[in-house]
Amino acid sequence: MPLLEVKNLNLSVLTGNDLLPVVRDVSFRVDENQTLGIVGESGCGKSLTSLAIMGLLGGTPISMTSGSIVFSGQELTSLTNKERRSIMGNQIAMIFQEPMTSLNPVYRVGDQIIESLRKHRQMTKTKAKKRAIELLDLVKIPEPENRVESYPHQLSGGQRQRVMIAMALACDPKLLIADEPTTALDVTVQDEVLALIRDLQQRLGTALILISHDLGVIANTCDYVAVMYRGKIVEAAPTADLFSNVNHPYTHGLLNSIPVIDRDIEWLKAIPGRVPTINEKLAGCAFNPRCNIAENICTTCDPEQITLHDDHYVRCHFAKRGTND
Amino acid sequence: MLVYTFKRLLACIPTLLIASILVFLFIHLIPGDPVAILLGDAATPEDIAALTYEMGLDQPIWTQYLLWLGNVLQGDLGTSIFFHEPVLSVIADGAETSILLALMTMIWIVVFGIPIGILSATRHGSWVDQITSGGAMLFASIPTFWLGLYLILIFSVGLGWFPSSGFPSISDDGGLLNIRFLVLPSLTLAAPNAALIIRLVRASMLDVSREDHVRTAKAKGLHPMAVSLRHIFRNALIAVAAAFGFTFAALVSEAVVTETVFSLPGIGRLVVQSILRRDYPVIQGVILIIVVLYIIINLLVDLAYARLDPRVSLK
Repeated sequence: MPLLEVKNLNLSVLTGNDLLPVVRDVSFRVDENQTLGIVGESGCGKSLTSLAIMGLLGGTPISMTSGSIVFSGQELTSLTNKERRSIMGNQIAMIFQEPMTSLNPVYRVGDQIIESLRKHRQMTKTKAKKRAIELLDLVKIPEPENRVESYPHQLSGGQRQRVMIAMALACDPKLLIADEPTTALDVTVQDEVLALIRDLQQRLGTALILISHDLGVIANTCDYVAVMYRGKIVEAAPTADLFSNVNHPYTHGLLNSIPVIDRDIEWLKAIPGRVPTINEKLAGCAFNPRCNIAENICTTCDPEQITLHDDHYVRCHFAKRGTND
Repeated sequence: MLVYTFKRLLACIPTLLIASILVFLFIHLIPGDPVAILLGDAATPEDIAALTYEMGLDQPIWTQYLLWLGNVLQGDLGTSIFFHEPVLSVIADGAETSILLALMTMIWIVVFGIPIGILSATRHGSWVDQITSGGAMLFASIPTFWLGLYLILIFSVGLGWFPSSGFPSISDDGGLLNIRFLVLPSLTLAAPNAALIIRLVRASMLDVSREDHVRTAKAKGLHPMAVSLRHIFRNALIAVAAAFGFTFAALVSEAVVTETVFSLPGIGRLVVQSILRRDYPVIQGVILIIVVLYIIINLLVDLAYARLDPRVSLK
């Protein structure tokens, strides 16, 4: 039984009186102890998908129109708010993109870590504080006994993100969702934080969904990769298989746009064009205006998902043919 | 925090000095010879010379200032021309009423302003919010004298629940129950200010609720009430604390009107009467006390600010 199974998830944003689809027909699964990477450009719906799993879409103009999210055999979408909250921060926890603003500026970091322990584990204050110090030690913050009393503004960006990780791990979640956890950090710190997440994931056996726009980051961390474009998963495969057997021209473009340092090149290969906004109605495949192998069929007919082999899925009319450069 | 408090206290000294100079010069703003005006048309030149000497007005102005400042520091604010009593004791007579009125008003502002503001923010967009926001707008716009008269009409004349005017001291017959004389005036004074606090709490909470750390709090699975109070309101309180300083300034001017409407023997009414009587030393004394109070309130607001926002004391 998979730990998490998302099936045909559809999310729409309410603008005026229109419901515009932003995530369409997204399905994937995460097994226990597995790492799934979701990659795509900003605005492709990867963060929204993770917020939908967490149950954090309330109060936003985005709503789930159909689909199912099953976690540990439980259909999350049919739970009451209270039941949902007992899972949030407890069995599913999340690390956000902006460590600078994701911590409450008026509370000591220790008190912020304690909150979920007090809520979900009913710990006493002293016990929870001891656990908070352990957690800060776990995420390799030096002098955790002192740091537990620090306010967020007294910590660097990297340390704040470590605090966020400690906070997420507080209740030993079965699933950790990390939404661009290193994007806002200095390059030198990015690797450290990523290595920490990877290390903790392996040591604690937590399943992980890592969301990133950087295929390189995903490749180093994840067992399985889903590539999203404009609200749809266009290609999904085990990491090794995806890299050796690229099928979708968008995945190809993403791979090509990773700069290779040891080769002398004049121009970075970027994907031409831009991501269409959600208001633009596109016939056929959403990627066709930017695709270098698009033909007539691509502008009229949206490709169905095809299974190449085992666990490799792709949405492209020319999938079996491969791509040309 | 201690260093910050000390620094903030030191910073008050120049402000106090400048304020004292301005208040001192007030008596010199009187057109013409202040002594002649103080004594009126019937004064003989000898009277004028005598009072000029008595008030030290024949000295150079900076000597006058130092003498005055020395007296003020010893609690001597001069003598009321009308009462022929020390200004300080004239003001002290009105202080009980004004202090109790201010305290009660502040209690109403907190008791109504903050919970209704929170309610309005947490239910924002709903009918509850529409009613509270609309009501707040209404009360913020009603002039105090009009509201005071209507409260008298309804609760004193109509229902007879509260007395309509005056305030016997709480040390007189009736003791603490005499507070009931202040219920309507304090409600009148509180209404526009509580309305402002409602709107401010609501607006700041809505601002804070869009911040990233609120999402983090929700992601912990906290109850929405805990998110609203512990995370959103606690941050919004920083902006609200600052507003209490302005509220005090508004109270001072509104108290003048309210004390007149309810015939309360407070400092507000004393100011109005002293202006009509041209009792300049009393006016000067009241201004000085209000200025000092205002500086103290601002100091307290700043200290509260540092207490509420850990980022402040470091700067």
